[in-house]
Amino acid sequence: MGVAADSQFHVLAVDDSIIDRKLIERLLKTSSFQVTTVDSGSKALEFLGLHEDDEINTNQPSVSPNINQEVEVNLIITDYCMPGMTGYDLLKKVKKSSSFKDIPVVIMSSENVPSRISRCLEEGAEEFFLKPVRLSDVNKLKPHMMKTKIKETDHHQFNQENEKHQEQNELEIGEAESQQESNGNKRKSMEDEALTRQNKTQIQWWPYCRFD
Amino acid sequence: MDAVSQLQRQFVEYTTSLYREGYLDDQFTQLQKLQDESNPDFVVEVVTLFFEDSEKLLNNLTTALQQENIDYKQVDAHVHQFKGSSSSIGAQRVKNVCVVFRNYCDEKNLDGCVLCLQQAKNEYILIRNKLEALFNLEQQILQAGGSVPMMA
Repeated sequence: MGVAADSQFHVLAVDDSIIDRKLIERLLKTSSFQVTTVDSGSKALEFLGLHEDDEINTNQPSVSPNINQEVEVNLIITDYCMPGMTGYDLLKKVKKSSSFKDIPVVIMSSENVPSRISRCLEEGAEEFFLKPVRLSDVNKLKPHMMKTKIKETDHHQFNQENEKHQEQNELEIGEAESQQESNGNKRKSMEDEALTRQNKTQIQWWPYCRFD
Repeated sequence: MDAVSQLQRQFVEYTTSLYREGYLDDQFTQLQKLQDESNPDFVVEVVTLFFEDSEKLLNNLTTALQQENIDYKQVDAHVHQFKGSSSSIGAQRVKNVCVVFRNYCDEKNLDGCVLCLQQAKNEYILIRNKLEALFNLEQQILQAGGSVPMMA
């Protein structure tokens, strides 16, 4: 599976309203994203391959972030107010999951409640959009997805690199693996790697790495 | 070509009046912007979903308000949904009724709720008729060989 060659981003949109699902799907497709829509938080977790009761499981750094390889999701955009699992509940579950915590999550809501907004942002949501969502909102999504794509590419390369090169990048890889939390270091070693690799597709990502 | 120009002018005047009278707001324009050659029926599709959803909601609301012991949380949930969907397609007057409706739900004011339900039904029927008339005009223009004017 060519991760670096897959240039289309895949967004998982969650909303209990059929009208809003149709709308968000069109907005996302207009922006050239691949879209999957589901009508509930539990269906979203099901799609990701995450069970509702899953907690943080493994600490193995060599495990690919997306265990379910067929459903690579680059961003989750979810309605806040839904029956059963709210968007906030979904956000928390995703962020608590070792496999999916790096997937950016965006919350949508028809209600402008400052405490709600700050709560979501504190829990790790990248953006909070007021409904009805517009094209100008959707245009803000790409940078968040670029960051994730780079991280995933990086993980795959670590797996490959570990098997091949034991000398050149060893120190940098070691650092990055043990510092899963530190984005700064990760990005730095990614940039170094991007420079040293001959892979043309990897270099394609180079300009986008600059997004911060 | 004269028939087409007449129809086009009718279309522009009608659309303008819908905005002026507050039946539609800018969100409807946003919907139209999302329609293109690859998705030529997008607006009709979304609006049709809205019609189906609205009729269900209005029926549910009618039933909910006829109960002996009214569950105002349930009523509010339906109104919230209706407010959301009407807002998403730009049906401004329907949305505005929903705002008032929700306040009456909070107050558990039955008379207020019953009044708002009636108003919501009226506004829904109005916007449904007007949008159907609008889509009809569009069809006539297209069938006459013209193109539908883009409203800025």
